[in-house]
Amino acid sequence: MACIELNEIAHAYVRNPAGESDYAIKRIHNVWDDGGAYALLGPSGCGKTTLLNIISGLVTPSRGRVLYDGRDVTAMPPEKRNIAQVFQFPVLYDTMTVFDNLAFPLRNRGIEKNEVIKRVHEVAEILDLTPFLKKKAAGLAADAKQKISLGRGLVRSDVAAILFDEPLTVIDPHLKWHLRRKLKEIHEQLKLTLIYVTHDQMEALTFAEKVVVMYEGEIVQIGTPQDLVENPEHTFVGYFIGSPGMNLLSCTLNGNVAHIDGARILLDQKTTELGGKARGKLELGIRPKYLELSSEPGKNGVPADIKAVEDLGSYKIVTLTLAGKTLQAKLPEGKPVPGGTAWLVFPPQWIRLFADGRLVK
Amino acid sequence: MMGIVLDSVTKKVVAETHLNNISLELEIGTTTVVLGHTLAGKTTLLRLMAGLDRPTSGRILVNGRDVTGMSVRKRSVSMVYQQFVNYPSLTVYKNIASSLKMSGMSKIEIDRKVRETAAMLHIEDLLDRFPAELSGGQQQRTAIARSLAKDADLLLLDEPLVNLDYKLREELQVELQDIFKKREAIVVYTTTEPAEALMLGGNIVVIDEGRVLQTGSTPEVYHNPATLKVAQLFSDPPINYLNGAVRGDAVRLEQDIEFPLDGHLKSVPAGSYIFGIRPNHFFLSRVSDKDAELRVKVELAEINGSETFIHVSHGDSRLVVQEDGVNPLRIGQEITIYVNPACFFVYDTAGALFASPFNKGSDRRPAWPA
Repeated sequence: MACIELNEIAHAYVRNPAGESDYAIKRIHNVWDDGGAYALLGPSGCGKTTLLNIISGLVTPSRGRVLYDGRDVTAMPPEKRNIAQVFQFPVLYDTMTVFDNLAFPLRNRGIEKNEVIKRVHEVAEILDLTPFLKKKAAGLAADAKQKISLGRGLVRSDVAAILFDEPLTVIDPHLKWHLRRKLKEIHEQLKLTLIYVTHDQMEALTFAEKVVVMYEGEIVQIGTPQDLVENPEHTFVGYFIGSPGMNLLSCTLNGNVAHIDGARILLDQKTTELGGKARGKLELGIRPKYLELSSEPGKNGVPADIKAVEDLGSYKIVTLTLAGKTLQAKLPEGKPVPGGTAWLVFPPQWIRLFADGRLVK
Repeated sequence: MMGIVLDSVTKKVVAETHLNNISLELEIGTTTVVLGHTLAGKTTLLRLMAGLDRPTSGRILVNGRDVTGMSVRKRSVSMVYQQFVNYPSLTVYKNIASSLKMSGMSKIEIDRKVRETAAMLHIEDLLDRFPAELSGGQQQRTAIARSLAKDADLLLLDEPLVNLDYKLREELQVELQDIFKKREAIVVYTTTEPAEALMLGGNIVVIDEGRVLQTGSTPEVYHNPATLKVAQLFSDPPINYLNGAVRGDAVRLEQDIEFPLDGHLKSVPAGSYIFGIRPNHFFLSRVSDKDAELRVKVELAEINGSETFIHVSHGDSRLVVQEDGVNPLRIGQEITIYVNPACFFVYDTAGALFASPFNKGSDRRPAWPA
């Protein structure tokens, strides 16, 4: 296992990059700890697959160095880096048995027969593949095949890291739960360095200890799932994490009151102080699940018109307009929705301010 | 009836039955979601409706006319596939216009239609580009626009968003739902995901292994899944089950949980049952004095930043608890979870729904106090 350092990495696919927009990776400089479970999350085109390929060695960066445990591997091809990879579609030999598939990477390296048998059985046990060892891979379901791909990575005792490129995209929802859980258990048991690329926030947030959010070739935040939900550093993170994303409303401040056109939202002392120092275009952000809806004005309610209510089973999404702006609230199942006009309460502890798109803190 | 009717349709390929005796009526102006696992028969169903394949037996009627065996070219159909299909040598504009060429529309009309449809899918600035110059999301929008531009009676979408980014998918689901509502067409949309089905609303057809398991309004079916299998297919995270028995005026679950027959459970006669409970109805703390308690062992806690999915075991049963907030729990820890008996679905041992916590009909308020 290894600690992976990305030192001043930038990458352009074009030969002579002219400006910033030619770079798929603009500047990345960070360390991925040994034994950490990381997710690399972002929309398509944000550079996450490029970054994964730089870590694995499939792509050599235009600038910067990649270090494994302090050793410079920038020019080293993937097969010399002891990296295991799991791709979107399972990569295996359909005509071979599950056992032979798992044994393949070991036999390839000339590992001694008894050791091969021992390792294959250990890994099969972890992945619940023992009953299938003598079966041909061709006949197995998609999730079992993906487990074999993963097993081919785990079977080597010398892997520096396992890299996953959207491994659950082609898996049905009910099997995703099972596979995600398996991955978590493997990480708990083996403490491997795992890097998992996905555009699916649910996969990223449940899998990772640290989520690395990318946007237009840059890392915009590295944080625990809770950080990303509660304190998004950038409006993009607010929007991208959560479904629906964070409500973001242009506002002006006057003491402890945020004005959203006609509506007045009260701030707590901490936010008021932060707001006093903020410069630039201000936005007030609040997550849909923290907004409270009432049929009574109450103490701090602001009136909003209900435009639509969508019943999504375990919760409802209510779309409202407040001072001409659209926002969404997420209510738990069973909670009644007022008709027509609702009074919205913005709990002060969940209000965040953004100046020119950056969290005020 | 104005719409499409499938009358006892079966499709076999060699010895394998892909669709088994399907009868459906879909009206014009409605959206129908077809929910099922991969290989359940969703694509086969769409291909039969489109006329791309011929059923082995049974009839297909469109607006009262038998079209079984009629070629797709003679039908008013457009279809969106899971994999983006565009003409690589044509611009986005020409890709969208290609579906209108045969319609006999004037050039001006075609131009108006192409621009209007492109605007609906937010690709109006990309009309001069070629597919290879677009992102995956933009390519699929182009493919969808081509299908929408043509005013077909039957609009079929086969997991159209599955290859797109999660966030883009979420946005397109909302937009498509509005687009479908405005259309005088029969819209059929397949998915494997319960959340997507609920988002699209309309009506639902739940299929599994080539058979229709249940049809109805989408929220109605979610709240009253007629069989255990439907409850499984239509719950994400998966629905939990506990074996139980009714004796006298009490329910006994597994070996150690007992609570009185109350509310919707009152009419359940003595016998063995399976009790289904969705993960968001388990709680880590007591919510009402009617709550039953379960001692469980934590196997894993998945935290998504605002909720925790706690995988636990109770004897041989494995359960999932969906709890609000961040709840770090140690693996192996023994905890108590709580459930209000008013939230249980009761299935008989053959898997048919016996009692549901939700009232049937248009008023779907749960039987438990909100």
